Amino acid sequence: MAEESFLSDDFLRQLINVGEVDILVGFPTHNNAKTIGSIVRTIQSSILRCFPRERAVIINADGGSRDGTPELVTGVSIDDVRRASNLSALRTLHSISTQYATSPASGLALRTILTAADLLRAKACVVISPESAKIESDWLPKLLQPVYRDDCDLVTPTYRRHKFEGLLITNLVYPMVRALYGVRIREAYMSEFGFSGRLGSQFLGQNIWNDAADGEGVDLRFTLAAITGGSRVCQSFLGEKDHDERRGADLVPALRQTAGALFSALETDFPFWSGVSGSESVPTTGSDQQVFLEPVRVNRKRLKEMFSTGVLELESVFKSILSPSTLAELQRIAQSGEDEFRYSSELWAKTIYEFAASYQKSVISRDHIVQALAPLFRGRAFTFVTENRNASADDVENNIEGLCLEFERLKPYLLQIWKPRE
Amino acid sequence: MKDMIISELSQAVDELARGFAHFLPRLIVMLILVFAGWVIAYVAKIILRGILRLIKFDRLSEKAGASQLLNKAALPSATELLSRFVFWVAWLGFILLGVSVLGILGLQEQIARFFLFLPRLFVAIFILFFGMLAASFFSRAALLAAVNANVPSPRVLNLAVRSIIIVFVLSIVFEELGLAEQTMLVAFGIVFGALMLGLAIAFGFGGRDLAQRFLEKRFVRENKEENEDELSPL
Repeated sequence: MAEESFLSDDFLRQLINVGEVDILVGFPTHNNAKTIGSIVRTIQSSILRCFPRERAVIINADGGSRDGTPELVTGVSIDDVRRASNLSALRTLHSISTQYATSPASGLALRTILTAADLLRAKACVVISPESAKIESDWLPKLLQPVYRDDCDLVTPTYRRHKFEGLLITNLVYPMVRALYGVRIREAYMSEFGFSGRLGSQFLGQNIWNDAADGEGVDLRFTLAAITGGSRVCQSFLGEKDHDERRGADLVPALRQTAGALFSALETDFPFWSGVSGSESVPTTGSDQQVFLEPVRVNRKRLKEMFSTGVLELESVFKSILSPSTLAELQRIAQSGEDEFRYSSELWAKTIYEFAASYQKSVISRDHIVQALAPLFRGRAFTFVTENRNASADDVENNIEGLCLEFERLKPYLLQIWKPRE
Repeated sequence: MKDMIISELSQAVDELARGFAHFLPRLIVMLILVFAGWVIAYVAKIILRGILRLIKFDRLSEKAGASQLLNKAALPSATELLSRFVFWVAWLGFILLGVSVLGILGLQEQIARFFLFLPRLFVAIFILFFGMLAASFFSRAALLAAVNANVPSPRVLNLAVRSIIIVFVLSIVFEELGLAEQTMLVAFGIVFGALMLGLAIAFGFGGRDLAQRFLEKRFVRENKEENEDELSPL
């Protein structure tokens, strides 16, 4: 059951006025005035078009915007959308905005949306990132229908994106989630996703909110909770991913949200993943994954330099985290020239597993362990970019598949170095 | 004459015997105290060792960087060292208590001072340990931040942070122990001042180009091609 005192009185009053709903659309926002207006209009139009008979509500959980984002959400008139799209709904469509904190925290934002969904007994919910520069009108039905009509519990997105975009996802999150949890989910760390009210309530009841108060990687934890809870998970192809804010995302915060959250989840999920072998695909609507191949400028020299400097300068830190053989191998490749440099899939998988085990043992501060991964990721990114410079979409896919199989093959190694719970 | 000598001798022997008879119980009490103290100190050592192992004190010490120092000095592990330290302090306390029972003049005051010094010694050790822990944590944080921000010579930054914290902690420890307070204060001022001046000169002369690049990077956002994170990691 939701922790009702967590919500403000005003927000609760507005929720009571809404009553029960069938569909809930959540927007976690912070200074998104540039995009939020058009996104809300697109979503409202989608609701009118695809779910005209359903009771729906739009919930905006705002993290202290100073650019009028909440007013833009509640200010979009449904009548304007009706007129513009020449559609009509049989039910009232509510838009509610609440400020959960004065600064953004994705965990609190999701918790606010989940609590609202729980109180309103929403059957199907969807979270849309306001950072999406471009959102298509069919995103909402693609994320909602599998939940609302096909009894799916979680719908994760797949996108069409450049072969070198999202390298942390393709080189770490996807292979590791697949190898350890046995489910082939391409985007376990999601910006947009659909879920059932049932799954939302289950996740709300989990004891992760105190640890993840600021919510680093709470979206990833949500996916993992769905897998370990035996929920029905499926994927839906949304089209091109174009997130303005994420394009230049810093590596260390990105590592905290993905690798940090994943390492942390492994500790609690050990009874689950230790018993999983192999992996299975999940039902997917539309394409599994699409890549486009336009040449992009990548500063490979800088990637290689930052890897080599990192390995050299952080030797004392790596000695606490990595096995002597892995460290020696990293030091060897750090000294090689750009042409000979290759951070192999096997070495990368071993590195990640040793980081995960060290994180569990807390050999040094856990945040320092995650930060120490940044230079090594740059080395792996260099190899991935080099190997796939002229690769076709199929070749890229085959390379990612090869990496995933390496993670699966080395899973016993992780189990071997994992410290049993005392 | 002979009787007088015998009388004096017997009186001396009597006095010696009386003195010895008076001293013997005290000696026995002292020996009992020393023995009981050994037993109590030994039990305290065993209990403390168990507790420290239970709370994984060695791992904490490893994180603080204290284990590396102990290894270099060929000393036993932090758990063993602390257990032995407590054993010796406790036993020494009992020995001094026993000695004070003997009633030797002049020793009483010294023994009282030793017991007054003990709490300060423990506080100093506590400060030293957590100071080392802080030095290790913050210097590593600085090193990681410098490496990830691609700052040149990150180990210098690491060393500077560690040195500043250790010098600061040592000055507090010596002040707590009451050892050469004035000297330590002056020494701390000199070392800290020298370090800051050295860093200022080093950055001023050696880092002109770096500062220029940093400012350009920070305020002139034209040259985007160097930023490899243009490739979104997520």
